[in-house]
Amino acid sequence: MSLIPLIPLFPFVGFLINGLGFKKIPQNLVAPIGIAASLLSLFCTVVVFFEFQQTGAPIIYTFFDWISVGEIEVSFAFQVDQLSLIMLFVIAGVGTLIHLYSAGYMKHDEGVGKFFAYLNLFLFSMLILVLGANYLIMFIGWEGVGLCSYLLIGFWNKRSDFGDAARKAFIMNRVGDLGFLIAVFLIFREFGTLEYLSVFEQASHMSSGSLTLMFITFCLFIGAMGKSAQIPLFTWLPDAMAGPTPVSALIHAATMVTAGVYMVVRSNILYTLSPDTLAFIGWIGTLTALIAATIALFQNDIKKVLAYSTVSQLGYMFIGLGVMAFTSGFFHVITHAFFKALLFLGAGSVIHAMGDEQDIRKMGGLWPKAKITAITFLIGTLAISGLPPFAGFFSKDEILIHAYQHNKLMWALAMIGSFMTAFYMFRLFFLVFKGEFRGTAKQEKNVHESPKSMTIPLVVLALFSTIGGFMGMPEIFHFPHSLSNFLEPIFNYSKSVSDGFGEITVSHQAEWLLMGFSVLLAALALILAYVLYVRRAMVPKEDNEMSGFRKVIYDKFYLDENYDRLFVKPVEKMSNFFGSVFDPKWIDGLIALVVKGVGFLSNAFGRLQTGTTGFYILLMSLAIAFILILNLGDGILNYFSTFFKAITKG
Amino acid sequence: MENQIPDVIAQVPLTNYVLLASILFVIGIVGVLTRRNALIIFMSIELMLNAVNLLLIAFSSYRSDPNGQIFVFFIMAVAAAEVAVGLAIIVMLYRNIRSIDIGLLDKLRG
Repeated sequence: MSLIPLIPLFPFVGFLINGLGFKKIPQNLVAPIGIAASLLSLFCTVVVFFEFQQTGAPIIYTFFDWISVGEIEVSFAFQVDQLSLIMLFVIAGVGTLIHLYSAGYMKHDEGVGKFFAYLNLFLFSMLILVLGANYLIMFIGWEGVGLCSYLLIGFWNKRSDFGDAARKAFIMNRVGDLGFLIAVFLIFREFGTLEYLSVFEQASHMSSGSLTLMFITFCLFIGAMGKSAQIPLFTWLPDAMAGPTPVSALIHAATMVTAGVYMVVRSNILYTLSPDTLAFIGWIGTLTALIAATIALFQNDIKKVLAYSTVSQLGYMFIGLGVMAFTSGFFHVITHAFFKALLFLGAGSVIHAMGDEQDIRKMGGLWPKAKITAITFLIGTLAISGLPPFAGFFSKDEILIHAYQHNKLMWALAMIGSFMTAFYMFRLFFLVFKGEFRGTAKQEKNVHESPKSMTIPLVVLALFSTIGGFMGMPEIFHFPHSLSNFLEPIFNYSKSVSDGFGEITVSHQAEWLLMGFSVLLAALALILAYVLYVRRAMVPKEDNEMSGFRKVIYDKFYLDENYDRLFVKPVEKMSNFFGSVFDPKWIDGLIALVVKGVGFLSNAFGRLQTGTTGFYILLMSLAIAFILILNLGDGILNYFSTFFKAITKG
Repeated sequence: MENQIPDVIAQVPLTNYVLLASILFVIGIVGVLTRRNALIIFMSIELMLNAVNLLLIAFSSYRSDPNGQIFVFFIMAVAAAEVAVGLAIIVMLYRNIRSIDIGLLDKLRG
């Protein structure tokens, strides 16, 4: 008896209990139920991991034949292999920590039952997404996490701008999902099946650069753009910060937004065979990393900075994928899940301490007042900046080296982005934790460290952010790259069709140099931020004092406004046209015409109903005669001729 | 088959029977269509019915198949029942509107 089905089942049961009974279950039972569901799921994952280790071959767990129509055969099945196992650990592990954190963070919220129900539903959907053994199951999870993201962004639904943010996220994701769905159709048309194993096996015999594969991979990537917030579909993610902070940490940093990366890594053989799509992904990733980092430089909302940094880090993951460093991209998913969840939870702890204040201009000097939060936040900042030996250093550096040997320009831009990342993160850290307190006196009196249930997850995540990188040590450190070794079977097909797949070809000296250079840049950014925000104690200007280029960046390059002008307004105009002109004039006119026609015809036929029996009988006889003539045709003429002959004879 | 038909019957060709039946039937139709008196219409209907009976008997004899004649007996029996019902309707009609002119019955006008 395998425990695989139990992994998503526990969160689902948790969702049912908290969701259906959220008015009846006592407030202090809600959180334990949610946490228990997540923890049991993690436990099952561990058991399944050991089960998997016995053979090392992918376990396919089939529940039933789901769709079986004509040639379409889709089974409802889970697939457990190296890739899904790592995702399971990240989701269930980070998920459990964030559930624990939420118990403290959401304690005083009246909708805590609803919150935990949604959170469990999210876990369920996300687990389905990574467990599915075919693209359709993945799509179920894909849509499920989108729904939960929508529900949780708009969790505080009394504020209409939060609702708008939720709708924005949902609609932008729909655009991507359409791409994903089209890709699923194309895959089915091309391979006649949706099961991973069979699709990848068939694809490995195809030639590189095939047009069909390019379309499939491109459409799949559109799905990834929406879910993983890449240009041009990234503007929803910063707005998604309207949700409670644990949600931002779990969904919009650690797990859901990395679904796109997971999907690309899962389909690595398809992408390896479509170099054009890979180049596109690489450049989109670079652009996203750069632009999001630029915007993050001038944001003053603690969560907005982190949101843009998430977008930017996702860009790095896609750079990794784009240069065929799938392992490195996925490595960054894991480390990013640790340090970004840590940073978001730290931000939540800060917001909690400040009494729901999110503006970093009104913070400062929190270091002595909230030590644990501050230290863990510092670790997260060091990790994301790429300073050794923290987790982000290893994964980001691997991506950068792969980018370097693939395309120098891409590498240079990524380096600039990396520098900005380090700068805005330390800017954030110094503004929040160093210097003078800039909030109100009342806030200052109330500043306090968060309760244990919130600090324990911070400490655990900080630990992982520190040591998480050691699972993927670069070759020059003479340690095994255990992640790469573990993931190797996933890339078997890609290796067989592409020479030197995922290998680092630059010399060891060059690698040392590149590594040193990126560390140097990060250190420079640290010093620059220190000088600006601690020594000179600069505080970002108020919104209305900003001008010039800084204002353009602060306002996110007016992307939202331009999208509004480009897409929303035309659609609005079109709907107005259809609503006020097309519908009443044309559609209604057509219907009125039909009504008139029916009225006219019934009037005409009504006249036939004279009520005179004789007339009816006449019509009936004529009709019968007519039918007889039709049926007999020539025969009736013969009949009449014999008739006349008989008369003349007689 | 031809030789099984008795001479008496064979003297008159089948065509003549068909013609006679047709003529009777047309007379019946014309009667129904042109007259307004319910009784006359009723009689015309009987005429049409008997034209059909005649046709059945003629074909039955010429094909030496007794089924047709048996069928005619059935039709006669049913017709007798129908006459009873029909006449009863006409009587009720007369009692109600003091006339048997069907021109007055135009309540079904659309």
